[in-house]
Amino acid sequence: MHELAITQGVVDVVTARTGDVPVAGVRLRVGRLSGVVPDAMRFCFELVTAGTPLEGAALEFERPEGRARCRTCGQDFVLRDPVLLCGCGSADVEVVAGRELSVVSVVLAERRAVT
Amino acid sequence: MCGTCGCGGSDVRVEVLAGASQHGGHEHIAVHPHPSGPTGDVVEIETALLAKNDHLAAHNRAWLAERGVVAVNLMSSPGSGKTSLLCRTITELGPLRPVAVVEGDQETRLDADRIRATGARVVQINTGAGCHLDAAMLARGLAELRPAPGSLVFVENVGNLVCPALFDLGEAARVVVVSVTEGEDKPLKYPTMFALADLVVVNKVDLLPYVDVRLDRLAEHCRSVNPGVRVLPLSVTTGEGMQPWRDWLVAR
Ligand SMILES: Nc1nc2c(ncn2[C@@H]2O[C@H](COP(=O)(O)OP(=O)(O)OP(=O)(O)O)[C@@H](O)[C@H]2O)c(=O)[nH]1
Ligand SMILES: [Mg+2]
Ligand SMILES: [Zn+2]
Ligand SMILES: [Zn+2]
Repeated sequence: MHELAITQGVVDVVTARTGDVPVAGVRLRVGRLSGVVPDAMRFCFELVTAGTPLEGAALEFERPEGRARCRTCGQDFVLRDPVLLCGCGSADVEVVAGRELSVVSVVLAERRAVT
Repeated sequence: MCGTCGCGGSDVRVEVLAGASQHGGHEHIAVHPHPSGPTGDVVEIETALLAKNDHLAAHNRAWLAERGVVAVNLMSSPGSGKTSLLCRTITELGPLRPVAVVEGDQETRLDADRIRATGARVVQINTGAGCHLDAAMLARGLAELRPAPGSLVFVENVGNLVCPALFDLGEAARVVVVSVTEGEDKPLKYPTMFALADLVVVNKVDLLPYVDVRLDRLAEHCRSVNPGVRVLPLSVTTGEGMQPWRDWLVAR
């Protein structure tokens, strides 16, 4: 269950920036091809935030879709699954979006300067 | 970052096997603290979740490059034959190039003992509940292993086709081992792992007569998630395919 390690990473990334300021909301970007399942992260989030400034924070997800560019015909298209195949029949495609895995922003529970 | 799946860092153990290393003190890989940012109710973060791991991986990569050491990360589901492949490879490669191994398993030092029997230097990392190695663990493992300059270091990841794919270790190449008894659909079911492979080794081809698996279809599935990836059929048991595998390694 790598979502637990990844979700622990959310706490680390956020507290590295906001320290001990209580956080009311966290916005994550989890691409549809990232190999990470938001529901599993939600489940882990409650566990790993207990006793941290993120405890009780609302979790929001941006879910960018997978996109690829075909090197054969030049077309841009949506990738619904990780099978790399263009409509033209070429498998020589490059994934250009969908693998994102990042913390976008947080909303602080109180108005306080973050250094 | 030793916080791994389900366990928290304290569970991770790094152990040098007797005779494998004459280590005097630890070597540390430097980690810089990173500064912080702006003010307000909403704080923009825009930081990759694996940034810390990727940063440590970059340190490992630099550390390895300074010593002319090439690291190869071996990943597969449990039992595909990673340790068997390593033992045979070390024996065959022995005179050509010094080899050392970092073994990752949840528990036991069984695999490290098998490697040690070949005479190669080996460090066992037990991840406890963790289901993959991360860059911090490899940094600790490398500091203990102290591989000889110019050597080849194999990292045997925890047997798991899911998580190890997400964690860059700082390796020079990723090899996915899949055995024919696992079926031809694994690349489609675990695309993230196969998509990032520099080489796919298809092991246990000696068992092909007994299973309903076709090599061409398995290779096709690998390429559907990783166009152009090299697929190398091999049998550790019979030695078939070992020559191209050695050639691939020597070319790293
Ligand atoms: N028939 C056959 N069996 C093999 C081959 N390679 C490995 N095996 C057997 O497969 C079993 C598992 O091999 P290991 O080398 O322990 O596999 P592993 O990937 O290191 O396993 P974990 O570290 O537990 O994930 C052993 O019983 C090996 O003897 C092969 O080429 N052919
Ligand atoms: Mg093994
Ligand atoms: Zn894991
Ligand atoms: Zn096309």
